[in-house]
Amino acid sequence: MSETVTLAVNGIAVEMPVGSLVSAAILKTGTYAFRRSVTGEPRGPLCGMGICFECRVTIDGEQHCRSCQTVCRNGMDVRTDG
Amino acid sequence: MGDLLVVGAGPAGMAAAWRAAQNGLRVCVVDDNPAAGGQIWRGGPPEAQVWFERIRSVDVEMINGARVFEQLRTGTLLAETASGVSELSYKSLVLATGARERFLPFPGWTLPNVMGAGGLQALVKTGLPIEGKRIVVAGSGPLLLAVAAYLCGHAANVLMIAEQAPAMQLARFAVGLFSKRMQAFELKRQLKDVPYRSSCWVSEAHGTEKLEAVTLVRGQKRWQVDCDYLACGFHLVPNVELAELLGCVLERGSVKVDDFQQTTVANVYSAGETTGIGGLELSLVEGEIAGLAAAGRHDAARELFAVRDKQRKFAELLNRTFALRDELKHLPTPQTIVCRCEDVTLERLQRHTSWRAAKLQTRCGMGPCQGRICGGAVEFLFGWRAESVRPPVLPVRIDSLIRK
Repeated sequence: MSETVTLAVNGIAVEMPVGSLVSAAILKTGTYAFRRSVTGEPRGPLCGMGICFECRVTIDGEQHCRSCQTVCRNGMDVRTDG
Repeated sequence: MGDLLVVGAGPAGMAAAWRAAQNGLRVCVVDDNPAAGGQIWRGGPPEAQVWFERIRSVDVEMINGARVFEQLRTGTLLAETASGVSELSYKSLVLATGARERFLPFPGWTLPNVMGAGGLQALVKTGLPIEGKRIVVAGSGPLLLAVAAYLCGHAANVLMIAEQAPAMQLARFAVGLFSKRMQAFELKRQLKDVPYRSSCWVSEAHGTEKLEAVTLVRGQKRWQVDCDYLACGFHLVPNVELAELLGCVLERGSVKVDDFQQTTVANVYSAGETTGIGGLELSLVEGEIAGLAAAGRHDAARELFAVRDKQRKFAELLNRTFALRDELKHLPTPQTIVCRCEDVTLERLQRHTSWRAAKLQTRCGMGPCQGRICGGAVEFLFGWRAESVRPPVLPVRIDSLIRK
């Protein structure tokens, strides 16, 4: 078994293998709307490689973090805005 | 200051760094992802180990998680990291910034769980469980096959692969692939239960808060399929923004290079998908040539020209095979969003005659992605290309800009 880390997505604890990205952790909790677009549409990850900015969320209080470019850490507090 | 700075730690960047370091240059590689390998070698798959080993065998400084966003002056780039801004100075530069998927708009494509093919694969590689999920893989290009095989290997329920290219073109490509190596066999084995439909595409994604089903079109036939994810990409487009910022001339959307992979700017080389979509083998040999040339080993670089020529022929076949058909231009309705950052619909764009006018009037391409997603679509739909790139080439924190 590989090691895991535990983080919180909208207050829900989720356990991920070490090295996982926050975008995968969010989807694993069943949350698919990461944010709302400028006209209020739900949006989730598209490119998975840091280009589209659709997966941005608030991590430990910092807004607009691209969850697909951020590695999960123990105790991380992730908030979606979907 | 190092001798050589390589931007991009995918196959081309790794090959360039290895060859240059082997020949005595002090090399630094900078990449925006958390780890080296680029998109294709994300997670360090077994077939890439020989190259990871090569990089470890030489003295190369690797900076991960850093986004190059501006040129401070000739010979110095600025990169934003989690903790601040780094000045990266160099005598020569290799741009190996890779490619991204081309996305085309169709009704419902902005729904959550509609993703790029490579996009979904990247998520699975980085921890998303996919077992039993119903997935339609659609769009165009060899990436669809690789992604579908990968998803099957992770116990996903891949319902079908919809490839827009016609069967005739695909047959010619299959011959090319077969003569290239045995990879085709392996893919076929992994995908034995998955239907592969040519001349077939998704015309609409359905759902309210997230994807629930897609409508597929093939000839006169239209049918609906329930699914959890749609993995949809239309081949690839080179990432040329940084090259443009440095003043490199482009040719048909790719960075123009000479025989030694040098761009039109002195001491700036480019290799891999940035110089034209051609796949892994071409990226590697171009990277090697760039690294050797930067180290002054033009003799050794010249010995690799024959390999590169062969791979370029394959690349031409690849790009002919997966040329986009005109019917796809009619998929978006007037209300379909084209620019996802600013929610600009097709009908608002149709009122304009150039990218510049559309940009000024609608904010199309002015959101966080800076036209990276809608740019490829707008080029296909209207034939418009962005006219200029301005720094910063990526959104950065305000303190990163003030610092200068």
